[in-house]
Amino acid sequence: MNGRADARLGRRKRTELFFRTLAAVSAAIVLLSLLLILGTILWKSVPALSLSMLTQTPRGGFYLGKEGGILNAIVGSLDLALGATALAFLLSLPLALYLNVYKGRASKTAVWTRFFLDVLWGVPSIVYGAFGFVVMLALGLRASLLAGILTVALLELPIMTRAIDEVMRLVPRELTDASASLGATRFETALKVLVRQSAPGILTGVLLAFGRGIGDAASVLFTAGFTDRIPGSLADPAATLPLAIFFQLGTPFPEVQQRAYASAAVLTLIILLISLAGRAMSRKVTRHVVK
Amino acid sequence: MNGETPISIRNLSVHYGDLRVLKDVNLDIPARKITVVIGPSGCGKTTLLKSLNRMLDTAEGARVQGQVVLDGENIYDPRTEVTRIRRKMGLLSQKPQVLPMSIYENVAYGPRIHGLRAKAELDGRVEHYLRVAGLWEEVKDRLRDPASMLSVGQQQRLCLARGLAVEPEIILGDEPTSALDPQSSQNVERRLTELKRDYTVVVVTHILRQARRIADHLAFLYLGELVEHGPAAEVFAAPKDPRTKAYLTGEIS
Repeated sequence: MNGRADARLGRRKRTELFFRTLAAVSAAIVLLSLLLILGTILWKSVPALSLSMLTQTPRGGFYLGKEGGILNAIVGSLDLALGATALAFLLSLPLALYLNVYKGRASKTAVWTRFFLDVLWGVPSIVYGAFGFVVMLALGLRASLLAGILTVALLELPIMTRAIDEVMRLVPRELTDASASLGATRFETALKVLVRQSAPGILTGVLLAFGRGIGDAASVLFTAGFTDRIPGSLADPAATLPLAIFFQLGTPFPEVQQRAYASAAVLTLIILLISLAGRAMSRKVTRHVVK
Repeated sequence: MNGETPISIRNLSVHYGDLRVLKDVNLDIPARKITVVIGPSGCGKTTLLKSLNRMLDTAEGARVQGQVVLDGENIYDPRTEVTRIRRKMGLLSQKPQVLPMSIYENVAYGPRIHGLRAKAELDGRVEHYLRVAGLWEEVKDRLRDPASMLSVGQQQRLCLARGLAVEPEIILGDEPTSALDPQSSQNVERRLTELKRDYTVVVVTHILRQARRIADHLAFLYLGELVEHGPAAEVFAAPKDPRTKAYLTGEIS
């Protein structure tokens, strides 16, 4: 009897050890991959990183390794991602509120809308690019910042909406009821209670969508185009960092390839800065959240 | 019944899907008294309370038949503006539910919604109702702090102040002390007893001793049916229905 209990305990302990090791190894692999990616990009970009890289647009011969920088792509990417994120937010927030306030959370409309958003989330970005391109042609537009913004906004929309929707679904019914019992309309409750309570999640959703938007190459390939100039208006084509990386890596010159890594480092840095700013803001908007 | 009856419940039935939660309830609620609704868990007490300020509207699948007449107006009339009805009632829920904003803003929330903008007047109203709720001294130096930082007992009194700040006629309490410690419970009970001078109070509870302490008028609800109601002293001393008697002596619970 005792021997069998001991044997079972021994087996349970071995299982425990096995899964603990598995968990630790997985964590280590993830962390190492991240460090490896960052390390490689930084190490490879060191020879090309210079102030002129950040402050100048490409000059003649830039793609042969001569002077110039990627300011066109930095500005283009920021313009594009900020514009697209703002536009997506203007649609996402009302949509998430519609699902959570005006339609019952479990209503047919809500369930189906969520399903469609999830499908859209899974659509590859090149498909958005192709779709944007078709629409652009139909409207007689050229590749431009505006066309890029519209396409990337479409790409960001499902990500942002579902992220916001998920946090709003977690807001307890009692909280919105408390507002309603004071005589607030649904709109007042939505804006003053639901949005405030889910503010940290809304912020996360916006950042997530921004990160996806600024890092995407396929959706802007045909829609925003590429140019060595800084876009002066919405109708001008705009360069983007992911495409700058793509074009520079594609050249046979090591100097230019190094610039691709420098561009990648800049892109990573922008996302890092935005995330840090988001965290700082998150602390502020979390202050009043009711647990 | 002496005096006015601000709320008359007439042939009220409520269904959730196929389940009938309230059966043909008729009840007059006397003005400026504490009416306590007692009954075992699941007897429909909370549903009855929610039917009074139309909070059943937000419960999915609830159907209401019959009338609730508030100041001569049937609140279930399709022409009735629901926000105006709710404004006439302050609600204390089982678990205090503060809004995600500061202590000050919680109390100012209702008045602001109903159009009060002047800062001085808002300040005055916030202070006044925090005093009425017995919370002012504890929070006057930290009005800008998040309301969620208060203790649960303080949060419940904040909810009371918030409900009163819209200047309702009626206070509804849905087991308002069930999440509180004994001392906070006593505090809330004392507030309610003071408030009946100016307000009509309806409290739902499953704590019999609480009902004995605060009730002027008592209603016993059992399995969705209003079994008996009347002046609290009479019902406690001489219940007419055997079910009421059984409940009061603890035979059914």
